[in-house]
Formats: sequence, C-alpha cells, structure tokens
Amino acid sequence: MSGRRRLSLGERLLLAIPYLWIAAFFLAPMLLVAKISVSQSVLARPPYRPIFEFSDGPSAIWDKMQALTLDSYRALFSDTLYVESYLSSLAIAAVSTLIALIVAYPFALAIARAPERLRPLFIGLAVAPFWTSFLIRVYAWIALLKDEGLINNALMALGVISAPLQMYATPGAVIVGIVYSYLPFMLLPIYAALERQDPSLREAAADLGASPAQTFLRLTWPLSREGVVAGSLLMFIPAVGEFVVPDLLGDSETLMIGRILWNDFFSNHDWPTASAAAVALVVLLMVPLLLWERARLKEEEGAR
Amino acid sequence: MNSPLLSIENVSKKFGAVVALENVSLHVGAGEFFALLGPSGCGKTTLMRCIAGFESPDSGTIALNGVDLSGVPPFRRPVNMMFQSYALFPHFDVFENIAFGLRRKGETKDAIDARVNELLAMIQLSNYGRRRIEELSGGQKQRVALARALAPRPKMLLLDEPLGALDRKLREETQFQLKEIQRLTQTSFVIVTHDQDEALALADRIAVMRAGRVEQVAGPMEIYDRPATRFVAGFVGETNFIEGRLERNLARNPGAALITEFGRIPCDPGDIAEGAQATLSVRPERIGVAREGEGIVGIVENFVFRGETTLLRVRVAENVVLRAAAGHGERHAIGEAVRLSFPSNAGALHAEEPLG
Repeated sequence: MSGRRRLSLGERLLLAIPYLWIAAFFLAPMLLVAKISVSQSVLARPPYRPIFEFSDGPSAIWDKMQALTLDSYRALFSDTLYVESYLSSLAIAAVSTLIALIVAYPFALAIARAPERLRPLFIGLAVAPFWTSFLIRVYAWIALLKDEGLINNALMALGVISAPLQMYATPGAVIVGIVYSYLPFMLLPIYAALERQDPSLREAAADLGASPAQTFLRLTWPLSREGVVAGSLLMFIPAVGEFVVPDLLGDSETLMIGRILWNDFFSNHDWPTASAAAVALVVLLMVPLLLWERARLKEEEGAR
Repeated sequence: MNSPLLSIENVSKKFGAVVALENVSLHVGAGEFFALLGPSGCGKTTLMRCIAGFESPDSGTIALNGVDLSGVPPFRRPVNMMFQSYALFPHFDVFENIAFGLRRKGETKDAIDARVNELLAMIQLSNYGRRRIEELSGGQKQRVALARALAPRPKMLLLDEPLGALDRKLREETQFQLKEIQRLTQTSFVIVTHDQDEALALADRIAVMRAGRVEQVAGPMEIYDRPATRFVAGFVGETNFIEGRLERNLARNPGAALITEFGRIPCDPGDIAEGAQATLSVRPERIGVAREGEGIVGIVENFVFRGETTLLRVRVAENVVLRAAAGHGERHAIGEAVRLSFPSNAGALHAEEPLG
C-alpha cells in the first residue's frame, strides 16, 4: 500500500478548477431547480411562490418552509403522461444507443486496424459533420425522410414503392436522428479502446489456436469493454433528455421527457412541476451511473 | 540430425523496397535448440514471423515435418511463439493465460487443469494460478509467457528475444532454466536474439544473419572459433582483425603464415591463394602473452581487469593495437614490453576486403 501523497498548492489549484466549474454551472443551477420544484405554482411572474431568502430572518424562513410542498412530485407520479414519457425516453434512448453501438463498433474497429497514418484522416471524416450546426443536421433529416423527401422520391422513381413511406414524424425517425447525432460520442471512446490494444495480443491468441472469431470474442471485445461502456453512457444520458430531435423528427405521439419539460416550462408555465420532472430525470440517470462507477471501482480495488 | 523438423528453402521477403530476407535456407531438427542471431534489421524476426505465419514469404517454402505451411493461418500451425513483449492477456489470470491454447484445442477440463498445474510447477509458480498478470514481476511474466506457449505441446517453440526484457542477473539464471525446460520437454526451440552471449549459451546450433542473409550456420564453438566471415567474427565475441598477405610455404611447419607489418603470424590458410590479401581474426584469449621468449614484440598501452583475465591493449606497430587476454594472476604494467604468440589454429582467415 502506497501512502497518500500530499498535494502541492499548484496541484490543488489545478484540481479546484473542474470542481469550481461543476459547482458553479451544475450544482448551483441544479439547487435552484430543486428549490423551485418544492414551491407552489402560482399565476405570477415568475410563476411560483417565492421561497425563503436568507435575508428573511429565521422566523420568516420557518414560515415559508411550512409552505413548501411535494405536490409537484406527486403530480409526476399521478399523471401517467410523465411516467409514460420517462419510460418512452428510456426506451428510445436505449434502442438508439444499441443501434449506435452496432453501427459504431465495426466502424471503430476498421479505423483502429487501418494503416496508422490514415487513422487521423478517418477519425476526422467521422467527426466532420460536427462542424455544421446540430440543428441544420437534424433539419437535413427532414428533407431525407419526409413524404416528398429524397428517400421516398428515389424509391418511387426506381419503382420500388408506389406510395411514399411514412418515415418522417415517427418514433423511428427520432431514433434515426438520435443515432446520427450522437454517433461520434459512441465511436470515439470505442476507437480509443481498440486503438490502445497491443496488436501482439491478437497475434498471441491466433498463435495459440484461436480463430479470428474466437480472438474477437475472447480478446478484442472484452478488452474494449471500457470504451463500449463509456460510449454508451456518453450517448444514452443526453439522449434520454433529448429535446430537439423528437421535436423536429417526431410526431405528437412520440413522448420524450425533454419535450414534456419544455412544454411545462414554456407553454404551461408550470415551473414547479417542470423542475420536479427535471430533478427526477437527474436522479433517474445518476443512480445507474453511480452504481456502475462503484462496481468499476470495486473491480479495480480487487485487481490490486 | 535425421530428417529435419523444419525446412526453410530459399525464402525471400521484401517490405516495399526493403529486403528483409534473401534466399534463406535453414533446417532445424526435432528437439534442437536453434538460435537466429544477428543485429537488428537483419531479418531474424521476419523469418520467425514467417515460421509462425504472421508474415508470408514472397518466394520459397517453409515446411514442418515435410508439410508445406504456405497458406496455413497461424491458428492452424502446430508452432507456438513466445512474444518479446510476452503479450499476456491482461484480462485473464495466470491460469487462464496458460490454459488459453488448451481451451482452443477443446481439451477436457481435467486435462486442462492437469496440464496447467504441471506447467505452473515447472516454472515454479505453483500457487500463482489465480494471480492477475499485472501483479507479476517481469521474470514471472516471462515464465508465464513461456508456459503459455508450451501448454498446447507445440512441435516447435519460437522465442522472440525471450530474455531481452530481464535484467542481467536474472537473465543468466533464466538461461539455465530455459535450457533445462527445453531438455525436459524435448521440444524444438528456435530463439531469435541479437545477444551473442545468449545464443552461445543456449543454442545447439546458431544461424548468424546479416542484411537478410544467413552468414553461417554452425554450433556455438565453431561459430566462435571458426567464424566463416569477417562479419561473424566481429559480431560474435571480441576479436582482433589482422590484415596481411598470405604466404604459403609448405616446407615450414605450419604451412602458411600471414605476413604483416609487425611480423609473421602462423595460420591455417584454408583455400585462400598464395600472396592474396587476407584478414585474420584472432580472439584476445587465443593470443599468448609472455614477458620473454619468442613472439611479436609489443608495448602494453593499457589494461582492464576483467576478473578471470586481464585484457591488455598492446601496440605492435605504429598503427596497430591488438587486444590480448592475460591469465589470472599475471600482472602487467603500462609501458612494459611483452611478447605475443599465436598458435597456428588461433584464428580464422578471411579473404574478403575489410569493411568500411
């Protein structure tokens, strides 16, 4: 066991930067949202009963604390719309993540096995669409998928179909849009994991009688697990809360929590409920993430 | 050696414009410990990778037990390799690393357990089966890599610089272990090394390679005492290169001598013609050093104590300094005059022009 080394002042300052960043731009806003989520909805501007301020003095704080309520959270569970959209968001994000994994893995493998000098070029090409606006890329999918879009027109011209396929404004279109938009988040960690693998490991496996398929299953895949998990999390988490893609490519039936949140905030002006939904989403996503992180740490401890 | 286990016939291989192997022919017998020795870039590793199946020769054949291996992928070759980096699988423990090849052969669980435990005992790591690779020291990793390659009972084991990553002391100990394991398993070992000491210490026969060609194939003693080319003489061990003109004189004994600017050195002429320019390669320890008597006169310029011997640098002519090893206990001082004597079989004579 190596003793814990004391950090120098410089190292502490350097470490403080990301923590301060997270505190200022994640924790503080999150606390504000949490605060709104336990207040009561009113028709006012802002549309919630103000909560305690520290300038109020102890008795006033106590009085206002009495007025706090978990009504918004109850509303989340009593209104099936929220539960359904959480489930549907998780399902759409999960399916999209799985499809992206299936698309990205061979892609990453091919790049990792390409001649070394070509790899940066291929990675650059894979990330190139990111140089244009996210919004424009999603709009472009409308042009492809709509009834008089490129794909339908091409298929009709070729005589494959006689009437346009309904692709635009379906859950499928949302999934396609999410897979397309988030693919690099899946691709890059998997590529990094595969590129790191020592090629002599594969040779050793082949030398010991493993066929290419066995080498992949016993060696390449398990050794790239970290990249697969990282890529899946990087994609799944933002995909669950995705708002733009379902709004542009989905129909009104495609329930995703991001859209519900947007409606609650901006159309219904029900800030407390929207805040509660946002807090619930964070909890929903944090719990599996923390569990995974703990399992990983435990495994690493075990390895020592 | 009866019919060879491995026959390499006229194998050539180019990488782009770089010639890695040029018309290489070699034979390795069953149970033989064979070394491919040469400086980096001489093609020894390429040759080994051709045997393992990771590279395919541009021309020529490699056959094992008379069966041509061309087109046979590495995982179907009854040859295993121990990698220079060891290439141990980091996500498996020691046991599973060694069992990997046996599992691919579909052996029963009992047979695998027995074989792995036998190998763990052989490499003296009996209680290490459940250790993770990253917990092992360099020497332990080296032994696990050896056991893993031996586990499927290959007809031939290829070892790529097997001792290269070990420190000096461990290396010597491991040389003995390696030799012992080779003797016990009766497997043909083909070792690739750039370290002449390692090749001399381990191998039954050595192929010295240079620039894609085999310069000499012979036992360690012959390589050392009778290097076939000037390159082999210079690469394997320490040597003196003495330039001169050959004089064949059958009336005297010995029958030939090299005439140099500092004197006449008796030698075995081989097939070199009378009067030809030649280079004699003589190991320092083959030169006799005495204070008086016959021999070539020189002045001790410097000396290095080496334990068993003391290496002297002796100036015998204005531009010629020879290295000679004096026996233990003999003391020489700088500036002292000594006499150097050359037994007629002391060196090997090469007709080729000096390098560079």
